[in-house]
Amino acid sequence: MGMLEVQKVTKNFLAQDTQQEFCVFKNVSLEVREGEYLSVLGHSGCGKSTLLNIIAGIDSQSDGYVFLDEREVSGPGLDRMVVFQNFALMPWMTVFGNIRLAVKAAHPEWERKKVAECVQRYIDMVGLSGAENKRPVTLSGGMRQRVGIARAFAVNPRMLLLDEPFAQIDALTRGVIQEELVRMWQETGITIFMVTHDVDEAIYLSDRILLMSPGPEAKIMDEIVIDIPRPRTRETIIEHPGYYDIRNRIIRFLSRKKKDELTKKAA
Amino acid sequence: MTKINEHAWMVLCLVFLLGFLFFWHLFTASTDTLPGPIAVGKASWFFLSDPLYDNGPNDKGMAILALYSLFRLLVGFVSATVVAVFLGVLLGLNKVLFKAMNPYIQVLRAISPIAWMPLLLYTVQDSGITALLVIFMASLWPTLASTAFGVNNIKKDYLSVANILQMSPVTKLFKVILPAAGPTIVAGMKISMGSAWVALVPAEALLGSLGLGYFIWNEWNNLSLPNVMFAILVIGVVGVVIDMIFTRLADRLAFVE
Repeated sequence: MGMLEVQKVTKNFLAQDTQQEFCVFKNVSLEVREGEYLSVLGHSGCGKSTLLNIIAGIDSQSDGYVFLDEREVSGPGLDRMVVFQNFALMPWMTVFGNIRLAVKAAHPEWERKKVAECVQRYIDMVGLSGAENKRPVTLSGGMRQRVGIARAFAVNPRMLLLDEPFAQIDALTRGVIQEELVRMWQETGITIFMVTHDVDEAIYLSDRILLMSPGPEAKIMDEIVIDIPRPRTRETIIEHPGYYDIRNRIIRFLSRKKKDELTKKAA
Repeated sequence: MTKINEHAWMVLCLVFLLGFLFFWHLFTASTDTLPGPIAVGKASWFFLSDPLYDNGPNDKGMAILALYSLFRLLVGFVSATVVAVFLGVLLGLNKVLFKAMNPYIQVLRAISPIAWMPLLLYTVQDSGITALLVIFMASLWPTLASTAFGVNNIKKDYLSVANILQMSPVTKLFKVILPAAGPTIVAGMKISMGSAWVALVPAEALLGSLGLGYFIWNEWNNLSLPNVMFAILVIGVVGVVIDMIFTRLADRLAFVE
């Protein structure tokens, strides 16, 4: 049994305009193993972020179960920290304040000094030293997501849930932060569940990729094990003999589904 | 050229003032009914030269009267703000409750606070407390409505973060909800304060509670129109100062997403 078990989870919601029940995804089952980096890859709108929110406990499923360490997940908790696509930093707080908010929530009994030391450690870990007293609005997208990542690591959760964490970061910075994330993942041995629509990002980061079909009634269609050895770098990974096989397989899956959709629309 | 433009408004502002004083003088000198600027200036000088004198209940310096009014304003406004923010947060977090209460809020906020006065006076049988309650009523609705609106419009992500971090309701209120809705709440408080300041003058005048409004009514009964005009000026200036304080506060709480 995996550390995180998603069992036959279905999400329906009522469309506001037509008042009709709409099935986002149906009977989705998956497991995330301890220490693993698992990604769910799919088109925009296939419901992968909704799935992540259900695992995080900030959205609720219509049917099915989510278990973490064999206990059912019924709400949000400090054991599952989310890194948001749009960072979700409190704009009225400084970098330091944002991370302190998380540390104090996780350790209400700690005294001021211990909290401050912990916050500083994670700020240093993501390379934000010197930006402690800046407001998020003055930072670039990459810097903001570093704060988001530091905040998630700072409470020392059982697992991280990454919701398209690099989608709003410029391409050059993205690579650097991905490398840092892999380093932190390996150093801490934490378990990561990520949703993304970026093929190269998924291959570079993941141990396993699950492919999700487009909605409505989206399903997990395929599983790809990325056996490219680590440490991977962005330069060497593309020279690995298996890389393009994996990449083509994913691209074929994504474009086939897209084509089906188009022919359906044309007919 | 730019140098001239930068100061143009100041010059024009002064021209307007001098023009106003000139026509005021011309008008009052020809009709001989209203006091002219010179009479009002004399009255102003009299009150400003000794703002703190105290010759018994009906003859106090202008600063003392202003402090009476401000104290009354502060007590009524602060208590109303506490109630309004508390209720506003509850309504803002619960859409059903908000929809159910909204019609009543809209009706209640449309009622002039002075309209409540007979009812309040009859109920509490005390003019001082009635004046406070009028200020309370005047301050309540704008803050309540904008707090509910501000809390209702907090970005969902902030609340998600608070929930994931499993904050206690109190921590969530003070660390996330109030700061996130802070600018909207202060905007409402600013309107509340304006409406309270406007309600204060008739409330004091009608209830005979010591303060600027009472002074105006007293001087009207004495037919000292220069004094009435000076008091009007003081009310305007104090109102502007209060408004500036809230603008400052709003600037401090403002944030860019």
